[in-house]
Amino acid sequence: MDSIAIVGASLGGVTAARTLRAEGFAGTVTVVDAQPHRPYDRPPLSKQVLRGDWDADRVLLPGTDDLDVTWRLGVAATSLDVAARTVALDDGTELAADGIVIATGARARTLPGTDGVAGVHVLRTLDDALAVRDALDGGATRVVVVGAGFIGAEVAAACRQRDVAVAMVEAAPVPLARVLGDDIGAMMADLHRDHGVDVRLGVGVDGIEGDGDGVTGVRLADGEVLPADVVVVGIGVVPDTAWLEGSGLTLDDGVVCDAGLLAAPGVTAAGDLLRWPSTRYGEVLRIEHWEHAIQSGEAAARRLLADDGRAVAFDPIPWFWTDQYDRKLQLAGRTGAGDDVEVVEGSLAERRFVAVYGRGGRFTAVLGMNRPRHVVQLRALLEQGATFDEAVGAGRGL
Amino acid sequence: MRVVVDFDLCESNAVCMGIAPEVFEVRDDDFLYVLQEEPAEELRPKVEEAARRCPKQAITIEG
Repeated sequence: MDSIAIVGASLGGVTAARTLRAEGFAGTVTVVDAQPHRPYDRPPLSKQVLRGDWDADRVLLPGTDDLDVTWRLGVAATSLDVAARTVALDDGTELAADGIVIATGARARTLPGTDGVAGVHVLRTLDDALAVRDALDGGATRVVVVGAGFIGAEVAAACRQRDVAVAMVEAAPVPLARVLGDDIGAMMADLHRDHGVDVRLGVGVDGIEGDGDGVTGVRLADGEVLPADVVVVGIGVVPDTAWLEGSGLTLDDGVVCDAGLLAAPGVTAAGDLLRWPSTRYGEVLRIEHWEHAIQSGEAAARRLLADDGRAVAFDPIPWFWTDQYDRKLQLAGRTGAGDDVEVVEGSLAERRFVAVYGRGGRFTAVLGMNRPRHVVQLRALLEQGATFDEAVGAGRGL
Repeated sequence: MRVVVDFDLCESNAVCMGIAPEVFEVRDDDFLYVLQEEPAEELRPKVEEAARRCPKQAITIEG
């Protein structure tokens, strides 16, 4: 293998590039991304950048200047020829490589009929974050956040920390219930209420109200209109695979790979768009976490360098964190509706606790709020395949 | 090898502690403590992985 093209210069793609060089790959590496910016890190966008604490240059990923790769930034990939291993680019050129890493990530879902309406934003890219920050700097006084998932909740928290009035609308009766369970989801709603967010649950959004200058409010399904000069929509993402239509790769809510992250001979995938069969969980997974971009970026790069006999199955335990106000929530493992949940340390009332999740007697996940030590120690038990009872006992003894 | 943590960046996610508990410890005060600023060379792979996976990229290795 003499040349590798990486499509996508966010965390997954950049990690793949770093890994190739760290593993001693001496061929050419070209990294393509539709965005013109130097590679940057996304977690601060909905926190430090939105609050105005960090300038845009502080979110740049470290060490990319010294990386021996050719950057093709501001150029989008438009198609992939798997057999020829060429990537067509929107500047009319074509990139040929012996190996290809697909890491174009995902794009934010938008509300139907709101594209181009001034004041209606998503928060996915650096430009998105700067646009919302500029609106807040420009004197916006009423923000409506649509969706109380992790991005929506972080945006709401950042806006409240700037003392802007915030309403957060969520169609589900309890936010994050699918991930955290009903009790902890309800506590998250209370956390935002206590910080002055007008939390609206169990009501959908009917549409956006606007005048010639842009958005003026959000119309709820029950007819109420919440006034707004800024709307941030946080209703999930869709894998950015449109450019791969017709490539022959299996696309199904992402790029479907084998257990070693191969999508086709010489083609691997990493990050938010990767779907792969997890032995640990017995299902095909797609994970949108920061750490997953690193781990799959490393694995995708190594897979290209390995011959088939040395391919290793990719099977990490998912882990993520979210920071809202002065609370840090961390979850290791996988949760689902109907899980057994036991608080083993602290309490929901004090908002400092550790909860253990289980299913069928197995220990499946650990959630901590402002308890990072406990999460990392119980994560080791997840690796060991402990039972639910063992994890509860261990959690109480930590 | 010298381990340097930028405590202005560190947010005590404790990922480093999970990877290299010999070197990093987050205690109940939620602060990170570096247990060995100059760990033995055999710990280098773990310390490097901890630096790579730090969500705040707050760990650097000198030497």
